Amino acid sequence: MSVEVAGTAAAKPDGSLKLAVPRGSLLEGTLDALDAAGVDTAAVRGESRALIFPGERITLVTMRPSDVPTYVEAGAADVGITGKDVLLEQSDRMAYELLDLGYGRCRMVLAGRKGDERLGETQRRLGMMRIATKYPRIAERHFESTGRQIETIEVKGSVELAPLIGLADGIVDLVATGRTLEENNLEVREEILECTARFVANRVAHKLRGAEIDELTAKLREATAG
Amino acid sequence: MIHPIPPGTRDILPDEMRELRRLHLALIEVFESRGYGEVATPAIEYDDVLARGDGRTADSAYRFFDESGELLALRSDMTVPIARLVASRFVDAETPLRFCYLANAYRAVRPQRGQMREFAQAGVELIGAPAPAGTVEVIEVLEAALDAAGLDRAVIGLGDLFRQLLTEFGLEGEVRDAILSRLATHDLVGLEAELSQAGIDDEHVATCVALSQLRGGREVLEEARKLGGAAVERATERIGETFEALEAKGAASRVQVDLGLLRDLGYYSGAILEVYDPALGHVLGGGGRYDDLLRRFGVDLPAAGFALYLERVHVAKLEEESRRGAPS
Repeated sequence: MSVEVAGTAAAKPDGSLKLAVPRGSLLEGTLDALDAAGVDTAAVRGESRALIFPGERITLVTMRPSDVPTYVEAGAADVGITGKDVLLEQSDRMAYELLDLGYGRCRMVLAGRKGDERLGETQRRLGMMRIATKYPRIAERHFESTGRQIETIEVKGSVELAPLIGLADGIVDLVATGRTLEENNLEVREEILECTARFVANRVAHKLRGAEIDELTAKLREATAG
Repeated sequence: MIHPIPPGTRDILPDEMRELRRLHLALIEVFESRGYGEVATPAIEYDDVLARGDGRTADSAYRFFDESGELLALRSDMTVPIARLVASRFVDAETPLRFCYLANAYRAVRPQRGQMREFAQAGVELIGAPAPAGTVEVIEVLEAALDAAGLDRAVIGLGDLFRQLLTEFGLEGEVRDAILSRLATHDLVGLEAELSQAGIDDEHVATCVALSQLRGGREVLEEARKLGGAAVERATERIGETFEALEAKGAASRVQVDLGLLRDLGYYSGAILEVYDPALGHVLGGGGRYDDLLRRFGVDLPAAGFALYLERVHVAKLEEESRRGAPS
């Protein structure tokens, strides 16, 4: 008996693949990787203030890195690129993490004022530190797994400010070069984890547009290898 | 005056209720016509009875004491209550037993995520019919249900491999659980990292990683066998049998073999099902085999089933209708 090849032809969704591109520090590396993988990024590199750049096979949608998991989970974007820090902070968002792209490398660290013993001192005296961060879940997980309690203070802007004027004893933040810490008289006390850019896919798109997504994954893997 | 209701719950108004009712009736009719009798069980059960079926305490999100101090819980699905019902009332009944339901279930939500705390599920349970025939029957019922809902583009993912494959490679206990949990959370980067630390040959790591990405039609099973040796051969035997039985019945055309599919680490023991429609970015439902669940209630019977999220099926149905330009 003749048998159809299952799941592919019948379910091919319409339209080009929507790819969520992170603006900000990951943008340059992302566009380079996409270029190397054969995706045209010229329009995004231009002066346009548009957010959506339609293409025949792939449509690029630009957004804040921290919004990428939201759009991908809901299927508003089929695939996307964002930092591992964002994925860890939003680990309850369901998406396939397909590839470590290797660029955008930075470290999540605990930092405090240079030579300041406040971190150790409050820990000893109160059994608890006050930590300012944009990553409350990563911070809490780190301290919990090392058996310490913290009071997390979530801030949105320059985290470095918090220990300088007494809001917190220390900070948990991403460090690329360490220059901002240096200029603000802060120093790294503990390394928490290393983050790079990741390629992610919506759960349904990963199944129903498998061929396209696998091809893009393979090209990106080749483009970012080594 | 505005009186709030808890986040993740909602009121349903007449227009939507009429549509939901039609969908509900269409689904139950499909189930009943295939011999699945509709049952209802209480939304509230004893916590220790539900916990017997599903050890993950996180799942029953709502527990409270009754007036005599008993700990009660709201059910988080219908599979465990039906296992309880079968063990209590159908011990000596002739098998297989066929039940269907449309019921609300309750789960914890994260704030501001648009998740539902209370949601309706429509599904079936087939108890006492082993794999592959039982699995095939459940998939056929699921296909009929999707047809009745007008989801002609929907795809059923069929998985059943990784747990067994890891056993074949001699991975057990904590190492195996760590690998499976990466797969269950869809972290394929972490999966590769976890596998390479598991102390198996590089070749086996590569095989596992490649298999986790394989999804498609019959060709996937052949590719898998090409990839690797006797272990893969044995591990793909069961899913191969199921798929071949589906083909023989002409019921395989919308089934996607997915060798990396893993839903969660709950009571599933064999085949795993997941339902997708291109009109919706969320999974429409899922199911699979849970051959050990009934034993936890004192009856040793194989079982399989599925549940569809009624509201999501409804949204997908509307999307598909507007795409076809033919409103119902």
